[in-house]
Amino acid sequence: MSAEPTAAMKATPASSSPSSPSSPVSSADVAARATAPAWARRGAPIALLLALAVLPLLPVPEFWITQLNYIGMFALVALGLVLLTGVGGLTSFGQAAFVGVGAYTTALLSSRYGLSPWIGLAAGIAITLCIALVLALITLRMSGHYLPLATIAWALSLNFSIANMESLGKYDGLLGVPAIELFGLSLADGRAIYYLIWLFAIVGAIAVRNLLDSRPGRAIRALGGATVMAESMGVSTFRYKVVIFLIAALLASLSGWLFAHVQRTVNPSPFGLKMGIEYLFMAVVGGVSSVWGAFIGAGVFKIIEDQLKELLPALLGSNGNFEIIVLGVVLVLMLKYAPRGLWPSLQTALSRWWPAPPRARDWEGATPLAARAKPPAGAVLLQVDRLRKQFGGLVAVNDVSFELRAGEIMGLIGPNGAGKSTTFNLVSGVLPATGGELRFAGESITGLPARQIARRGMSRTFQHVKMIADMTVLENVALGGYLRAHSGTAKAMLRLDRAEEKRLFAEAESQLRRIGMQDHLHELAGNLALGPQRLMEIARALCSDPSLLLLDEPAAGLRHKEKQALAAVLRQLRAEGMSILLVEHDMDFVMGLTDRIVVMEFGTKLIEGSPAEVQASPEVRAAYLGTEH
Amino acid sequence: MDGAIASILVLDGVTNGAIYALLALALVLVFAVTRVIFIPQGEFVAFGALTLAGLQLGHTPLTIHFLIAMALLAAVLDLVAAARARRLAAEVGSIVLRALPGVAIGLCALWLAPMKLPLLAQALLTLAVVTPMGGLLYRLAYQSLADASVLVLLIVSVGVHFALTGLGLVFFGAEGSRNPSFWDASYAAGPLMFSGQTLIIVMASAALIVGLWLFFEKSLYGKALRATAVNRLGARLMGISSTSAGRLSFTLAAFIGALSGILISPTTTIFYDSGFLIGLKGFVAAVFAGLSSYPGAALGALLVGLIESFSSFWASAFKEVIVFTSILPVLLWRSWRDPHHEEH
Repeated sequence: MSAEPTAAMKATPASSSPSSPSSPVSSADVAARATAPAWARRGAPIALLLALAVLPLLPVPEFWITQLNYIGMFALVALGLVLLTGVGGLTSFGQAAFVGVGAYTTALLSSRYGLSPWIGLAAGIAITLCIALVLALITLRMSGHYLPLATIAWALSLNFSIANMESLGKYDGLLGVPAIELFGLSLADGRAIYYLIWLFAIVGAIAVRNLLDSRPGRAIRALGGATVMAESMGVSTFRYKVVIFLIAALLASLSGWLFAHVQRTVNPSPFGLKMGIEYLFMAVVGGVSSVWGAFIGAGVFKIIEDQLKELLPALLGSNGNFEIIVLGVVLVLMLKYAPRGLWPSLQTALSRWWPAPPRARDWEGATPLAARAKPPAGAVLLQVDRLRKQFGGLVAVNDVSFELRAGEIMGLIGPNGAGKSTTFNLVSGVLPATGGELRFAGESITGLPARQIARRGMSRTFQHVKMIADMTVLENVALGGYLRAHSGTAKAMLRLDRAEEKRLFAEAESQLRRIGMQDHLHELAGNLALGPQRLMEIARALCSDPSLLLLDEPAAGLRHKEKQALAAVLRQLRAEGMSILLVEHDMDFVMGLTDRIVVMEFGTKLIEGSPAEVQASPEVRAAYLGTEH
Repeated sequence: MDGAIASILVLDGVTNGAIYALLALALVLVFAVTRVIFIPQGEFVAFGALTLAGLQLGHTPLTIHFLIAMALLAAVLDLVAAARARRLAAEVGSIVLRALPGVAIGLCALWLAPMKLPLLAQALLTLAVVTPMGGLLYRLAYQSLADASVLVLLIVSVGVHFALTGLGLVFFGAEGSRNPSFWDASYAAGPLMFSGQTLIIVMASAALIVGLWLFFEKSLYGKALRATAVNRLGARLMGISSTSAGRLSFTLAAFIGALSGILISPTTTIFYDSGFLIGLKGFVAAVFAGLSSYPGAALGALLVGLIESFSSFWASAFKEVIVFTSILPVLLWRSWRDPHHEEH
């Protein structure tokens, strides 16, 4: 099953072929449409928040407060799954077990040892993170489906352990968990703890939202189907898989802490595998790739589960968990007919009056990012020595050697199947070579992974465009600047990364401007036609400030004028000291642009020379057109 | 522990391991052909065991009605799809033909169920009822999502597991059942007592493994399944329908599940939700083999059976914990040995 990408739950695969290009949404368009005034747009969330705040003060029946408390706690867990499953393309059925770790830790410490619930919170989080880290390190280096299998196993193990441990009260659990106290105020009442639950839930949601719109967030959004590209931009995708698994576990543990102090007792049953699957149900039904979907999903789940628990046993005349039939069927039907969940459709309906405004252009005058010192023109930049790649018995690249000097454009040409793209993948570290030496800027890069090579100043585009289809062009290009910035996950969640973000966006915009795409900044990358998508990839590679640019068929899908413009840009880059290695089939483009050309055939280097020499060579002619007999 | 206890535990482990081996083979087969991680495999175990138990009591198990309902629903969905594609006239014949076996078996079973047939005949009837559910389940839940990612298919599996477990509760109630032994004889070999049932389990598993091997090596269908497992697109280009490959592999999985259920039901009490844990142990075994090697899965299954029987002796309350935690070192070893970077 090697050809199976880590499953992204997005409706469009990350490297989808272009759909018909929709017209770019300019601010003028938005203003022209009949939309809600700005005060309404800003006011609506605030009004919703106010309503949530005053609700417990009104004479609302206790039942609804309790429901909302549960919805808030469920949403916290589902939020983690949105990040993990909807964005990261990983999943876990063990979230309920993390809820259990949070709940049991605080229940044990506070009821048996009389410690403050706040100590219980800290301890619960610490234990959760340790367990999650072990699980992540064991499973996340392998294909995506081992994590869910491991989480099933771990959820079952934990549940059976708790249920059999004398010290944890076996199936009866722990009783007499005290209420949380905050500034001397007891949160024993449902209406009091309501505020704490929703504070956590909303702060959690905002933190996740902040994270997704940041430097680490763009890397995380690449996990669901563009990991090769992200690695080539210098991202350690393994690290971010671990990070999102830890965040999801932490949110679940937090929910468990609240749960223990709301229920004031804990027993094993709410932390079993069944609940773990139900959390996933919430995330999928609400909208597995949208933060607010977690809340919708939690609400829908809580309400229909309650109804079914009353309705079905009455209907069938006996007691039991019959609601799982409906939940299971609904889950399958949702994945079939509405895989994006309820929130996105709600959002589409709302966007008629509330179109999401394009990102505010607030990066004017940001300090430019530091630029790399370019090697002096004429110095040897890349040395490829007897590079070899075998796939089983097939020799795809057969001891190919060449050198590239700083400040030149080199073309790599050859008939289809000559091994050009494989050579690219070997040089950029996407594929490990079977043999041979690679030196870059005077340093051996043989055997280094793609992200280490990217760090040394090599950047590339792909033959089959690799991008994050549901991010804007600007954001996709900003991912190219990943290595030039440093803000981490915590900083991003707290929104302390804005100055650096401005510098990144300023750089991304200037690269898009350079390539002639300044009118498409805020368009979704997946909506672009193939030509502009390729240009976007070039801008993304440029955004990393490379000293060597590898372009895999940059002109494919471009119109004649666009090709001329691209050639002009590449010439200008060369004049600025950039070196370029490109694979291309358009001979006019290659011959007019390159300084030297390497011709490959059947994995072997045929000849190397100036465009004129290559054009005159009878061997090249034979390779392309065959020989006369 | 002395040698006698140890040998009893070994025997017990091998017996259970034989069942897990069957399930692990089915899981590897389904995953290879369809990329579905088939969590609901265990539900077929419970369906098999409890349908037989119902027949034993002279009831008409609701699984029979369920089979007819599934066949009709699949036919209706096929008809709607054909009508939408404006190919109703052309396809109505084949759709009816496809629905026929399920409905016919169901009607026969309705007729035969109250007759108190001998045990062996009832076991065959149970197999006939549960086996077609596999292909129908593929049609109803998975077929239209065949090209979705492994993750989506996994979540579908979990949904199907939920639905089938809940339906199991409706069909069989919350009470467990235990079936009479197929063969009451027992043989003493030193300190060991082989019961006839143990021999049946081990021999049936061995026979099925050989049968599967012959199927995959010798028959055209088997070769088609293997081709689909290696390369779905390539197989499709060679005229092998990935849809019928999917149905066939699910049908085999249902058959293996039902057979496993029938085989173990005389040795342990089966509840409507017991199948899940049994199926998961098959998974642990399949993961030992990286979800890809049949002999590896069978070997893993024996190991799981042994771990289970020995841990039930030493720490019986933590038996399941030990079995399921044993997956973690295995995963660690696998990830160390072959860190697999996906996405191409």
